Amino acid sequence: MDLKLLDRLTQTFGPSGYEDEIRAVIAEAITPYADETRVDALGSLIGIRHASEGAPGAKRVLLAAHMDEIGLMVTHVEDKGFVRFTSIGGVRAVNAIGGRARFAGGIIAPIYVERREDASKVPELQHLYLDVGAVDRDSSPVRVGDTAHFVGPLVSQGTRLVSKALDDRIGCYVLIEVMRRLEARAHEIHFAFTTQEEITLSGARTSAYRIDPDLAISVDVTGTGDTPKALPMDVSLGQGPAIKVKDGGMIAHPAVRDALIAAAERAGAPYQMEILLGGTTDAAVMQLVRAGVPSGCLSIPCRYVHSPSEMVDTADVENAVEILLTFLESSL
Amino acid sequence: MNELIDHLGLLSNAPGISGQEIEVRRAIRPLIETYVDDLRVDALGNLIAYKAGQRTEGLRVMVSAHMDEVGMMVIDHTGEGDLRVATVGGIPDRLLPGLTVRVGHLAIPGVIGLQAIHRTERGSLNKAPSIDKLVVDIGATSRDEAERLAPVGTAVVFATTFETMGSSCMGKAFDDRAGCTVLVDLLRGGPYPFDLVGVFTVQEEVGLRGAQVAAYAVAPDVAIALEGTLADDLPKDEPDVSPTTALGRGPAITAMDRSYITPPRLLSHFMRVADAEGITYQIKQPGIGGTDAGGIHRTRAGVPSITVAVPCRYIHSPVSVLREHDLAACARLVAAAAQQLTSELVRPTTAPDA
Amino acid sequence: METFELLRSLSEASGPAGYEGAVSRQIEALWRPFVDDLRVDAMGNLIARRQGTGPAPRRSLMAAAHMDEIGLIITGFEGEFLRCHQLGGVDRRVLLGLQVWVHGRHRLPGVIGSRPPHILPAAQRQSIPPWEELFIDVGLDADVLRDQVRVGDPVTLQQPLLALKNGRAAGKALDNRTSVAALTLALEALQHREHTWDFYAVATVQEEVGIKGAITSAYSLAPDLAIALDVTFAKQNGDGEAGVFELGKGPTIGVGPNFHPQMVERMREAAMTEEIPFIIEPLPGSSGTDAWGIQLSREGIPSGLISIPVRYMHQPVETVAIRDVERAGRLLASFAVRLTPEFAIRWEDEA
Repeated sequence: MDLKLLDRLTQTFGPSGYEDEIRAVIAEAITPYADETRVDALGSLIGIRHASEGAPGAKRVLLAAHMDEIGLMVTHVEDKGFVRFTSIGGVRAVNAIGGRARFAGGIIAPIYVERREDASKVPELQHLYLDVGAVDRDSSPVRVGDTAHFVGPLVSQGTRLVSKALDDRIGCYVLIEVMRRLEARAHEIHFAFTTQEEITLSGARTSAYRIDPDLAISVDVTGTGDTPKALPMDVSLGQGPAIKVKDGGMIAHPAVRDALIAAAERAGAPYQMEILLGGTTDAAVMQLVRAGVPSGCLSIPCRYVHSPSEMVDTADVENAVEILLTFLESSL
Repeated sequence: MNELIDHLGLLSNAPGISGQEIEVRRAIRPLIETYVDDLRVDALGNLIAYKAGQRTEGLRVMVSAHMDEVGMMVIDHTGEGDLRVATVGGIPDRLLPGLTVRVGHLAIPGVIGLQAIHRTERGSLNKAPSIDKLVVDIGATSRDEAERLAPVGTAVVFATTFETMGSSCMGKAFDDRAGCTVLVDLLRGGPYPFDLVGVFTVQEEVGLRGAQVAAYAVAPDVAIALEGTLADDLPKDEPDVSPTTALGRGPAITAMDRSYITPPRLLSHFMRVADAEGITYQIKQPGIGGTDAGGIHRTRAGVPSITVAVPCRYIHSPVSVLREHDLAACARLVAAAAQQLTSELVRPTTAPDA
Repeated sequence: METFELLRSLSEASGPAGYEGAVSRQIEALWRPFVDDLRVDAMGNLIARRQGTGPAPRRSLMAAAHMDEIGLIITGFEGEFLRCHQLGGVDRRVLLGLQVWVHGRHRLPGVIGSRPPHILPAAQRQSIPPWEELFIDVGLDADVLRDQVRVGDPVTLQQPLLALKNGRAAGKALDNRTSVAALTLALEALQHREHTWDFYAVATVQEEVGIKGAITSAYSLAPDLAIALDVTFAKQNGDGEAGVFELGKGPTIGVGPNFHPQMVERMREAAMTEEIPFIIEPLPGSSGTDAWGIQLSREGIPSGLISIPVRYMHQPVETVAIRDVERAGRLLASFAVRLTPEFAIRWEDEA
């Protein structure tokens, strides 16, 4: 694994809508491996690999990983300088308390919760605040509308990787690796690093509209059923990438799902079948553009999603790359 | 200024619930038809106005404001001649007791009354009945008469008449007749360096719907949605909280709401222009509400979009209040910011665009 | 075609959301004699076309009826038992003691077992278990099970169509096979009547999980007008007057923001001219049907909705009046034959 690249990917600023910095990092990483690159109207970065001249049965394939991460936006600065915020994407109060937010300009702020009358009740975001170190509103270095992401450095321990924003910078990593290693030119492949997945999925929707592919696959994280008292889910860390059957927003096209299974078997890679009850990915909207696009998803099992300490397994990541490489070499 | 207020009054008084916006279109047409090159109505009822520009800037700019207001619809009749209604768009139950309304295109007066306080249990005095327990009384005395006067599907709107008081305006439907007023002003102005497409949209209140098909047809490079947005600058237990927007602080610009996020470059452009023009503005509290920009930005290959709004108190109720100054400042800001739009502002940074 | 038998073959066919293959093939066979061409698109929508008799270029009417039903999907294993979850808005209250088909390597009969009252704590006798506590038992050993069933296999309800008194039928998937039946009857009627516009009959997929098939098929066909056929709530035990419609009094025509007023007007005229009883159904917001998605396709499509009243929706005992199904078919055909080559939708205030 290229931990240096992964570190840059996970740590770079890029909450939904504010992806300029992470796009620059990814653009630099993919430029050597793309025939052309472009940026969409909503900021998604597309790297294109053409098929060889006259490749028989060449399809236009769209592979998508979202480069935006969850974050916060300032809603109000109080008289005494404490900062109230709203979430960008799915932020759970319990995962934020005690953590740190980092603003675009670099300011770090602890995230904490008001004293509550009934401490046994689950806190909500409206009860939380940031402490940027200002003593009053006028001297606050932040204002309404400013954005921040969460602090969560990348750690590698054995086969486990822990970091904030593995959702979905690990998907971006997989796509970059595929681009780097892909030699076959059987198909025209659009590698899309999409924006705004965490809030509206609008980056993927509009990118897919413009590309008008024959099939689409998103590479994103999914949950696992292997932690204490977890809801039953037939996916575990380290048991292979998950091929999506269904999630909260879509049913994978059976032909795409089966083609991914076939690729996994040909590659001799382990894989799991995934049904995710809550949550969805870019594939859910790519599926519905224009007259419909057969779509599926290859997922990286991930524990503690949307916390500053998401965890994946390196074997799952590497096997995902293998499966995609084999998939892209075959006729579709 | 007077013209803005006159137009606001005309548009505020016009009835138009989601799906039945024809009277609002009729009120708007005469105000703009001699100032635009083409006017048409699409399959959903959006009024689309094309105003060719000087084309020194190769952009197509769509500016939208929604014509529909929240209201109610007749869904059934009683044997006694009363109307049963359901809300179209978000109206909380607690607004209904004691309400006066206008029913149908003949604007038949109607009332929503409760059982007399004398005859009501004390315990029920703190809670509003739900709408399915209420009726609209138009004075009809039989089911037949009620069905004839107000068949199922008939629109019911708040019976509010626009008026001014000091530096404020009061009326119904400032969400979004205030936005429509600004759009009318924009279309009557110019010339602009680009082609301007003004869209008076339908069905925003039931899911940002008209804007989506209009944006598909227009295929703009950038979009500005105009709104009358909520101002919650009222006395509260907790005074040190965001008012969402406040009256008198100028137009409210959206950074992010529940339906979309404004591209940072577009946001800074509007803020810069406001500063340069000496227009005080506010950033609407992020994460609240949704607007037509939510529908527009994700059409086709994507449209960078921004929402600019006039702050209004008590939206989604019979009487809203706004400040004339905020309305005028909003019109000035949108005209100035639109005038200065360039292709570079609309495109994101990094990586060459094919 | 005898309506009860038609309805039976459609009701008993299998086609949960996302897995509509079997019912799609059934419908294809039914429609073939009445249409000029048939295709299945990328999402699985079945699209059939009857060419109109008018001069080219002809405009088109799209009639959509979703063919998917609610069902279940296998999510995992617990020894010799199967875990499941919903495909579409399943009412958990009807699952206990239910007989199902698990579509694995073969079609396996199964039951969602209910623990007997003798060992149930009193508090639980009325409560409905959450998904994690529901298991499908197909009577196989754990190791055999893994060979026969996979995560993702779909599950449908076992329920033959019953003939109740007074021309009523009860069974599973009447939401929305009644509409597919009505659409089939309309195609049969059009075979003997002249229509100048092109007529597209579309059996859409995945309505129950987000009106997905409707969105993509409408984009593909770009029709000039569209009518969706779906079910609505029939008055049943415990209902007041609001929001429900009596069985046997005719289909409903939807009115509200989802529907162009001229579509509503023409549908009423079509019904009245052929003396088809109908009721106006107010829908002040989302209709919750394919029409909601079709209306927003591309530059917008003037849309209408015909709904067949059904009791006990999303349960294995959905109940319909057969003549309402027939009336819905007749209304659709009547609307279609009244479309002249000159007809155009216009708003009253257009110049």
